[in-house]
Order: sequence, then C-alpha cells, then structure tokens
Amino acid sequence: MPKTPSSIDIFKTGLWKDNPVLRQILGICSTLAVTNLMVNTLVMNAGLIFTLAMSCLTVSILRNYTPMRIRMMAQTLIIASYVIIVDIVIKAYLPDVSEALGPYVGLIITNCIVMGRCEAFAKNNPPWPSFVDGVAVGIGYALVLMAVAIVREPLGFGTLLGFRIMPEGFTPWTVMIMAPGAFFMLGIYVWIIRFYFPQTNQIRK
Amino acid sequence: MINVDIGTLFFAAIFTNNILLTNFLGLCPFLSISRELRSSLGLGTAVVFVMTCTAAINYLVYHYLLEPLNLVHFRYIVFIIVIAAFVQLVEISVERFFPALYFVLGIFLPLITVNCAILGASLFMIIRKYTLLQSIVYGAGSGIGWMLAIAAVGAIREKLQKTARLPKGLEGPAITLLITGLMALAFMAFSGMIQIQ
Repeated sequence: MPKTPSSIDIFKTGLWKDNPVLRQILGICSTLAVTNLMVNTLVMNAGLIFTLAMSCLTVSILRNYTPMRIRMMAQTLIIASYVIIVDIVIKAYLPDVSEALGPYVGLIITNCIVMGRCEAFAKNNPPWPSFVDGVAVGIGYALVLMAVAIVREPLGFGTLLGFRIMPEGFTPWTVMIMAPGAFFMLGIYVWIIRFYFPQTNQIRK
Repeated sequence: MINVDIGTLFFAAIFTNNILLTNFLGLCPFLSISRELRSSLGLGTAVVFVMTCTAAINYLVYHYLLEPLNLVHFRYIVFIIVIAAFVQLVEISVERFFPALYFVLGIFLPLITVNCAILGASLFMIIRKYTLLQSIVYGAGSGIGWMLAIAAVGAIREKLQKTARLPKGLEGPAITLLITGLMALAFMAFSGMIQIQ
C-alpha cells in the first residue's frame, strides 16, 4: 500500500487540484438544479458534504471486510443510508426547503462524486484520511456551486439569501432562474479555470 | 393524481420538461459519452428501455410494498436496488439471447445504474403522484427526451471536433456545457405550448 499523505495535503488536493466539478466534471447532475437560490444551495451542499464524508469514513472502516465483488453494491447501500438520514433531518427542521428541493436530496445517491471518492480513495485508505478527503472534496464542490448560485440569484431574482440587493429599477433576468442560466455559468467557470490553470496530467477519460 | 391526458404528458416529458435540459438529470454520462453520435444513440436507447421499465416496477414496489408496510423513507435504497438488479438482469439476458445487440449496447448498460436520470424519473413519479399508466408514459417520454438531447449534442460535438478551432480552455466540457445551455434555451420555447405540474 502506498504511503498515506498527510491530512493537509489530502485537504488541498481535494479542494483544488482534484476539484470534482472544475477538474473532473463529475456529479453536477443533482445539485446544479438547486443553484437558483442561495438558501437551497447551502442546504443541499451541507447534505452532500455530510453524506460524502460519512460514506467515505464508513467505506474505509469496512474496507477490509467487504468482498471485492460486491463492493459497489455495499457502497451504494452505505451512501443511500446516509442520504435517508439527510432527507429525514431536512424534512423535520426545514420543511420549506425540503419542499423546494423535491427529489434532488434523494438524487445525492447517484451523485457520481460520492461513489467516485469511495471507489478512488476510501476503499484503499485508513478511516481518518478518507474522512478528510470526503470533507475536502465536498467543500471544493460546495464552493463551485455557491459561485454559480451567487451569480444566478441576484441576476434572476434581484436578491441574495432573500435580501434585496439589486436597485429598484432592476429587471430580473428570467433566463438565470431557468436551466440555461446554470449551464452557461458553469460552462464559463470551467472555461476560465481551464484557461488560467491548464491541466498538467490528463486524467479525463 | 394530476389530471393530464397521456399524450400531453408524453409530449411534455420529451420537450417542455426534458429531464436533462430542465432538471439537469443524467449530466455525468451525458458529458462523458457525447463525443460522437453513434455512442450517444447507443446509450440513449439503453436509457429509454431501462427508464420505462424501472418506472413501472418502482411504481408497483412503492404502492404495493412500501406504502402498506409504512416504509416510504426507505424508497431511495429500494429504488436503487431495483434499478441495479434490473440493469444486471437486462445485461445477462441480452448477452444470452441477443449477442448482436449486446455488442452494441453492452458497454453502456453498467453505466446506467449510476445515471441519476433513471432514479430521478422514479422519484418525480412519486412526488407528482402519477398513476401507473402515467408513470410508464412519463418514463418513456423522459427517456426519449434524454436520448434526443444526447444525440443532438453528440452530433454537434462530432462536427466541432472536425471543423472548429476553439479558444484555449474551452475544449471539452466547457463548450459542451455552453452548447447544452443554448439547447436548453431552445427547448424553453416549447414551454409555452403545454404546462404540466
């Protein structure tokens, strides 16, 4: 087994070098849809970070007991259990947000990032580094989505976190609330990042 | 139960409420597979089939198994197992009985288990309280809509690779996201025709 890098290195790699959205373009499915309001984005991100970190931890603890052949199924079940916890908690404490998020909380299960990190990192590493990796990748992911939301909400609704920040005469851009706005924003971010920080090692398949 | 006739629902699932372009579901395989038209169509066909069948199975499981037993919170786990098992079953039977078809679709089938659009269709069907027939139609329509989107983008990217010279950093995912945004904009034009939900 290769030497495990220090927690800080893992954190930096997860946050920036292996940033799931900007670098690997993974797992944008379930979460991009909620980026038209900052509140929804924050709740969704919190749920995702929790699921990702806890799933990585659990997969890592069980890594020596899980038979190789059924590990995908085992990982899916672990992830799904944590997603159910997230779903119940959001429903209990934030019923309005839960209504707005609709099925997207459940779709964290099929978010490729969670499975991707379990498969790429947690199944070969001890629990603590796996947990750190999960948190770091989760935060890296959350930052990108917040960057998308911070543009979409002011331009689409004229508000940020529900407070009006645009001047009175501002006409909201409907396109920013709708789906195309999210595609454009994310496309532009990916373009900027790849322009200024070209990938040295091509890991894309 | 929402009151909408089957034809309208089918049309809406394909165009006005396209699962990829308005709900962002199934983006991961969409971005990685849509390099060319041929493989896009292969994956699209597999998705249509699996989505239609799993919507029906999950409907039955949810209403006749989970609801009576008061286990609706476990629907995520149950749905994902149903989808994984169904995909496995399809893969085995296609390999056994239609080797030629397996050659075309085989490599795409395992990818489908983690396609959020499949699980998404099942979850939407529960939230919107569709009937069994509506669920099947919705599943089929969403699948076809997804196939349409991935095929269109696949064709555009194939052309782009041959002719266009893109600025630095825009190649690959960035341009695909922008194209998808423009397509979503175009599909929004349909939304004046029907309003469901």
